[in-house]
Amino acid sequence: MTEQQNVWVYLSSNPLLHLTMTMAVFALANKIYKKANFNPLLNPVLISIMVIVSFLLLSNTSYDTYFTGAQFIHFLLGPATVALAIPLYKQFNRIKQSAGAIVASLLIGSSTAAVSAIGIAWLLDAKLLSIVSLAPKSITAPVAMGISEQLGGLASLTAVLVILTGILGAMLGPWIVKLIKIKDNAALGMALGTASHGIGTARALQVNDVAGAFSGLAMGLNALATAILLPLLWQLF
Amino acid sequence: MFEYFTLILLCQFLGELFVISTGAPLPGPVVGMGLLFLFLVIKGGVPQKLESVGGFLLSNLSLLFVPAGVGVITHLSLLKADLVPLSVAIVISTILAIIVTAFSMAMFNKDDKLMQKGKLHHD
Repeated sequence: MTEQQNVWVYLSSNPLLHLTMTMAVFALANKIYKKANFNPLLNPVLISIMVIVSFLLLSNTSYDTYFTGAQFIHFLLGPATVALAIPLYKQFNRIKQSAGAIVASLLIGSSTAAVSAIGIAWLLDAKLLSIVSLAPKSITAPVAMGISEQLGGLASLTAVLVILTGILGAMLGPWIVKLIKIKDNAALGMALGTASHGIGTARALQVNDVAGAFSGLAMGLNALATAILLPLLWQLF
Repeated sequence: MFEYFTLILLCQFLGELFVISTGAPLPGPVVGMGLLFLFLVIKGGVPQKLESVGGFLLSNLSLLFVPAGVGVITHLSLLKADLVPLSVAIVISTILAIIVTAFSMAMFNKDDKLMQKGKLHHD
């Protein structure tokens, strides 16, 4: 074995390599995204995933090996979700004023997301396993995976579809809401959180605190609503 | 600042405990969010140090989804098999959900605010 091969064997089995790589790739992607004035096509989550996946395929590294390092970042998703209580608390007066509108738009948006996804995939002849795994795509991954399993889907496929939906919602959300001439930040937040869970909420927090608070709330409520309604809806088919 | 990070972890921990013991259809961290919210209500404000820890986590929220997203690598062949129906369904239904939610929220929100001001009286 040459000296370089020895170094690679050491580094690639050390969690530090993939942890550092994930942070560095994201930092670079984020810099490009800001330089490009938040161009949706350059969404840093999407770019980072594409770069890292290419790197893993080229270097023949398994996801398990990668995750040994990346898990330290992944772990912080839980605490970050808990921290969403802070913007929620600060905007609570506004949220109380809009309670009726929140419940109504959440139920309408949540059922649109699930029913249209199931309908389109079915019309286009997707396999039943894919359709079931797709149904909870708009809600936060841990709940979506649980629902998918309960209905006979593939939890890990659901996780992937959830993330793709989140990235798409974060990319398109602010642009679509502007296009339909809605200027209400609460409406933008509700749309991002309902259609694209935590990744949408990350985007909403970049817009402002109001959009972020409504998005975090919508994400939590949508997980609850979908977990209760989707299994009931599924039995009607 | 580590006290407040510990508080956040504690909320998550109690949230997970609640979900495991009741079987509620929610992720532990979402219940933890509710617990931290209760803490803030009781406290009557956001302590400066909690604000710093929370701000650090939330301003980097996008980064935290990258490791799970790279998991796409384990399903490339399954995704290829149903590529067209899955991508068409995701794109169209996400666009529809955004439009419908934003539109209904903007419409009802206006009503809510007017009702609060007592300018609109319907039931």
